[in-house]
Amino acid sequence: MTNLIDIKNVRHAYKTASGPLPVLDGLTLSVPEGGFVAVVGPSGCGKSTLTKLVAGLMKPDEGEVWLHGERVKSPRSTVGMAFQNPVMLEWRSILKNVMLPLEIVPTKLTKSQQEDRARYLLDLVGLKGFEDKRPSELSGGMRQRASLCRALVHQPDVLILDEPFGALDAFTREDLWQIMHQVKAKEPFTGVLITHDLRESIYLADQVVVLSGRPARTQFTLDIPETGPRDIDMLYTPEAADMLHTLRHQIEIAQGRAPAEDTAA
Amino acid sequence: MIKLRQIAVPTIAMITFLALWEALVWINGWPNYKMASPSDLVPAFTRYWELFLIMGWQTLWRTVVGLLIAIVFGTMVGMIMGFSRTMRDALYPLLVGFNAVPKATVVPIVALMFVGAHDFNTVLIAFMISFFPIAVSVSIGLSTLEPEYRDILRSLGASQTTIFWKIALPKTLPEFFGALKVAVTLAFIGTNLMEIVSPHGRGLGALFDSGKTNSDYPLMFAVLIALAFLGIVLYYVVVALEKIFAGWAERPAG
Ligand SMILES: Nc1ncnc2c1ncn2[C@@H]1O[C@H](COP(=O)(O)OP(=O)(O)OP(=O)(O)O)[C@@H](O)[C@H]1O
Ligand SMILES: [Mg+2]
Repeated sequence: MTNLIDIKNVRHAYKTASGPLPVLDGLTLSVPEGGFVAVVGPSGCGKSTLTKLVAGLMKPDEGEVWLHGERVKSPRSTVGMAFQNPVMLEWRSILKNVMLPLEIVPTKLTKSQQEDRARYLLDLVGLKGFEDKRPSELSGGMRQRASLCRALVHQPDVLILDEPFGALDAFTREDLWQIMHQVKAKEPFTGVLITHDLRESIYLADQVVVLSGRPARTQFTLDIPETGPRDIDMLYTPEAADMLHTLRHQIEIAQGRAPAEDTAA
Repeated sequence: MIKLRQIAVPTIAMITFLALWEALVWINGWPNYKMASPSDLVPAFTRYWELFLIMGWQTLWRTVVGLLIAIVFGTMVGMIMGFSRTMRDALYPLLVGFNAVPKATVVPIVALMFVGAHDFNTVLIAFMISFFPIAVSVSIGLSTLEPEYRDILRSLGASQTTIFWKIALPKTLPEFFGALKVAVTLAFIGTNLMEIVSPHGRGLGALFDSGKTNSDYPLMFAVLIALAFLGIVLYYVVVALEKIFAGWAERPAG
């Protein structure tokens, strides 16, 4: 089994005024083709940094990042990314914002097909009727959903989502979880999802990785057993409660609030 | 309804201003060499209207040409400083120093250096006086572009040129137009300085100068009004362009 995303022993530090700040310390992570890995960890541990390394926006100080069996040296157009801060180009309508990647990435779609695609995605995330609005007329959660559409519009093989549902209320969030499952069934991708929401991680991903506190390394990995198509009730089963409990405990260890000795799992 | 208010309110303000001016001169009994009144200006305009048209056009085109050169040059310098820290550190003190020299002192020097080339001189001064705010605003706009904006396109493998055209340039437009509003006024001042100072000048500045030599005070005041009119026209042309190209930056009221 070849891994589509392979992060090998990556080390990275930011240069700051008060000296280097080590953020990632020997982090290893791989995602098989079609896999969806959720990454959780304490705030400020280096999750967003990890996404930027995978996207090729930064080079790690040490270690390697591989995509499709190729070493990542620069960004590539087969990646779709939704940033933690969902900036929109204020001078464009929402529709034009979503269509932006299609202006960069080579595409076979005609102009009207491109527009249909963007409209279809906006409809999917519940933004029908907002196509011609300016980003400043949307709420934070709506901008986040538009940013998700922008990440998906060019049908990327690799999808990197950095807390894509953070600004959403619980109900919209659950809707979007289901939509993510639909999208994945229709347009398979290999994904990395950064999240703070443990329920989200076990509902969406097939593997959850807990990062230690800064500098981050892989502290714990939990495989979510495959039980066919998921629906939201899955979160209310005893198995889910067990998984959530385990993950919670691991986060406490990562935060330094629980001793690491009893990492029996 | 809104249109009516937009036109009516400034018009009423203008008329009130002229009436107050007339009243002030009349009440104080000032002679026209101390302060011409609006009613003195009407004969000045009707007598010289042809001159006003010719000279006004002279002033206008030289200001606009100087400003256009300032836009091209200022944007280029701004881009160089905006994209390269080293160039910014190198050029900034030079620019500030250049800008600090009062242009009134440069005008006679330029007039002597290129004596006879009146059009060239005037355009040169209009350019020199107005490119600074443009260069500074473009460089600040580009250098303060949040990395998040760049990353949207960079993560797709877009080139630097694409990022400039699709993100950096449009994002900088509001700052650019802010500077252009300052620059247009400055360029206008530059043009007039040169027209007044250089011998055998042309344009409204020269008309002002001839009014001075002939002690035709209403003419001098009439030139001031004509200058104000041209200045307003230029300014609102920039405002209109801003609405078209950077209207998105305007927050809806409320
Ligand atoms: N450009 C930068 N320069 C210097 N330090 C940075 C930079 N970006 C992030 N950091 C620091 O690196 C650490 C990790 O940042 P990162 O954004 O990767 O965290 P995160 O895990 O995504 O946090 P959160 O969950 O709050 O989003 C933080 O301590 C942050 O202060
Ligand atoms: Mg983050």
